[in-house]
Amino acid sequence: MPVNETLSQYSDWSYTTAVAVYVLAMVFFLVEQSFGRKGKQAAARTRSRELVGAGAPATTETTPPAGAPPARPERTRADRMGNMGVALTVLGALLHLLSLVLRGLATDRVPWGNMYEYIAIICFVTVVTWLVVLRKSPVRHLSAFVLLPVVMLMFIGGTWLYAIAAPLQPALQSYWLVIHVSAAAVGSGIFLIPGVASLLYLVKARNETNPAKFARFGPKLPGLEVLDRIAYRTTVFAFPVFTFGVLCGAVWAEAAWGRFWGWDPKETVAFIAWVIYAAYLHSRATAGWRGNRAAVINVIGFAATVFNLFFVNLVTVGLHSYA
Amino acid sequence: MTDTLTPEREQYRPTRIRKVLAFLRNTWRGLTSMRTALVLLFLLALAALPGALLPQRDLNEPKVREYITQHGWWGQLLDRLQFFDVYASVWFSAIYLLLMVSLVGCLAPRSVDYIRSMRAKPVLTPRNLSRMPHHTRAELDADPDEVLAAATKRLRGWRKVEREEKNGARSISAERGYLRETGNLFFHFGMLGVIITFALGAMYSYEGQVIVFADGSDASEFCNSGIYAYDSFNPGLRVDGTQLTPFCFRVNDFKATYADSGQPIAYESNLEYQSGDDLADNTWRPYHLEVNEPLRTDGDRVYLLDHGFAPEFTVTFPDGSTRTHSIQWRPVDNTTGLSEGATKFETPGITDPVERRENQLAVTGLFAPTAMLQGKVLTSAGPQLTDPAVAVDVMRGDLGVDSGRGQSIFEIDQSMVDSGRLERVARENLEVGQQLRLDDGTTVRFDGVNQWVSLQVSHDPTQVWVLGFAVAMFAGLGGSLFIKRRRVWVRVTPAQGADDQRLTVVEVGGLARTDQAGYGEEFAKIADDLLSGDRKAR
Repeated sequence: MPVNETLSQYSDWSYTTAVAVYVLAMVFFLVEQSFGRKGKQAAARTRSRELVGAGAPATTETTPPAGAPPARPERTRADRMGNMGVALTVLGALLHLLSLVLRGLATDRVPWGNMYEYIAIICFVTVVTWLVVLRKSPVRHLSAFVLLPVVMLMFIGGTWLYAIAAPLQPALQSYWLVIHVSAAAVGSGIFLIPGVASLLYLVKARNETNPAKFARFGPKLPGLEVLDRIAYRTTVFAFPVFTFGVLCGAVWAEAAWGRFWGWDPKETVAFIAWVIYAAYLHSRATAGWRGNRAAVINVIGFAATVFNLFFVNLVTVGLHSYA
Repeated sequence: MTDTLTPEREQYRPTRIRKVLAFLRNTWRGLTSMRTALVLLFLLALAALPGALLPQRDLNEPKVREYITQHGWWGQLLDRLQFFDVYASVWFSAIYLLLMVSLVGCLAPRSVDYIRSMRAKPVLTPRNLSRMPHHTRAELDADPDEVLAAATKRLRGWRKVEREEKNGARSISAERGYLRETGNLFFHFGMLGVIITFALGAMYSYEGQVIVFADGSDASEFCNSGIYAYDSFNPGLRVDGTQLTPFCFRVNDFKATYADSGQPIAYESNLEYQSGDDLADNTWRPYHLEVNEPLRTDGDRVYLLDHGFAPEFTVTFPDGSTRTHSIQWRPVDNTTGLSEGATKFETPGITDPVERRENQLAVTGLFAPTAMLQGKVLTSAGPQLTDPAVAVDVMRGDLGVDSGRGQSIFEIDQSMVDSGRLERVARENLEVGQQLRLDDGTTVRFDGVNQWVSLQVSHDPTQVWVLGFAVAMFAGLGGSLFIKRRRVWVRVTPAQGADDQRLTVVEVGGLARTDQAGYGEEFAKIADDLLSGDRKAR
């Protein structure tokens, strides 16, 4: 099947522009994070809510969100920066999507047939998930910490791992490519967010036990409860998707390689990541493991995901070496 | 009586049996606690890691040997500690067996609780509902009966019970989300099933690889009649090679398609097979074999793994007799199809074993499907079979095939060359149809090339079960993560209003029994319906 080189060229331009727009958005978010009062306010807000929750029971949890208190009629400059950041992120995501669609059209297949494309998909999922999280939680000023790994991944993908648009090799020509890889990409993409949230949780927890640590950064972070909730909810969503991806991978492996499970390095590390996230979910139901330890487990799970993405595909030799 | 009883109780002595029992009980409790399970999960993840980092014997045996020789004592130590057979090692098995015991120990009491809770009525309404995380209260101008009837109606789908309380109050206690625990148990039992069937699979499954020619000749036929028919065979622990499922196949052709860049686009092969009753009446059925499209017959699967070339040579000996041989050469470069190998010949008509051993021939060297010469060095420009050529060394002497040692079909025995018993008598590049002449008048002609395919036969009677349990596990996972277990209580108390008006005090309390359930919104809606709906109705 011939590759449409014009479309592929447009896809590449779109990809590069998306990265540039993300970087710009990141700058806006960093300005908001550094100079905005919003962070502090958000932190204060959650703290006060926690106090209420701990003392006497609140009548309901659904007190009107404190997003528009009467004391703050006009938006601050940092606030506006944040909003512009979100707008830029949405623009970046649209360009990103365009790049993926064009790549797919150029090659006449799903646009996740090699490492470059796979990383592009993962990053897109991360950005979209984060935009959804933003709608539910007052954490806009943290966006830079999510965009940073996204931009880094996309940079690595676009330079070292770049692959020109090409048809699929025979082993990948299966409808399972659509199902298995998309599930794995969605799972991994979402897992980036609890990873970041848990890291910030650890920073915040450190700051709370000893205010001298991260003295300037810590107070600007939202409360532990918010970070924990973001990490938990995204993990709970990503875990079944990832599980589905692994199961579909096993079914595909049965058709392609002659066995459904063979401890190929990729399979092994996917199993390890799965076990770690399972441990995360269990740890939250275990006394003494909630909070800090759960966050540490989530960060380890994220590390395993990244390890699976890079080390296993690029360093070890296995059946998944498609880069 | 009491006099005799009391001293006996004081005389509790930790006898040996009691000590043992206590020890067992505590061990069991420790093992089945969530904390231990967590630690075991981590150990499992940690123990699985070397399998991804170090070469593994069942995946790549030569690489393991290479690693061990490269790393000296360290490699040997790792080998002794079973780091090259991680998933069959004692320590890995120990962890997963412990985890399984822990799982069973957790599931057993949980299942009992589950059955009990499925029959039980929702819990008593707490005396003080305002202590609940969610709570609202209102005074309604309505009859308690009406309020309760409306609440019953609103709480359709909830398991609920209405109770009379002291001082004239009545309450409804309702609970929902029982499927969460169902899902939870499904998930864990499914996982248990996967582990057990996986272990059974390791016992009763086998896979074997075989290389056959893809030309429909006798050399392209294979019958699953025993281990000897395979080039390599990996049996499960309980497979002894007898009673293999009988079936046969014959590979008629093989076709590889490449893009202009040399990237492979498709590998396909037409074969015919027979199994079951077809064997008796010799019926052959066609099948188009492709990557990702294995042949499935009689519970076994046949996969297209690899392909390669088998150059064909004809040797004409001085006495005029000819011998034609073709044997598979192995690819050394998968992107260009460059292959190496050794095609071995016996000189015919010699009966004396000593003399025979001095006149054996081997044609060794390189084969290129698309020849490209750099000076006299042959390389391949691409994997397509467009312009085949060979660069061969013809060796004469003792091949060492009678030495009793096994030898690779791809190589000559280098020790024979080193000891001078096998020497090179010609070196030339040949295109199809060209031939070379040896000093004694023997000619070696490169006739052309056959293609071979490497096929794998896999047998695993348990995999359907693994799939079934995995699906159950996945379904259970969904339920256990997304269904929220939550309770709501409604208490109505008749009261007297200021001007002797009949009032009903309605209290609604709610409790989510699930972590991060986000129950607040749903509760607010329910409470709102219960407290305002009635007011409107009036």
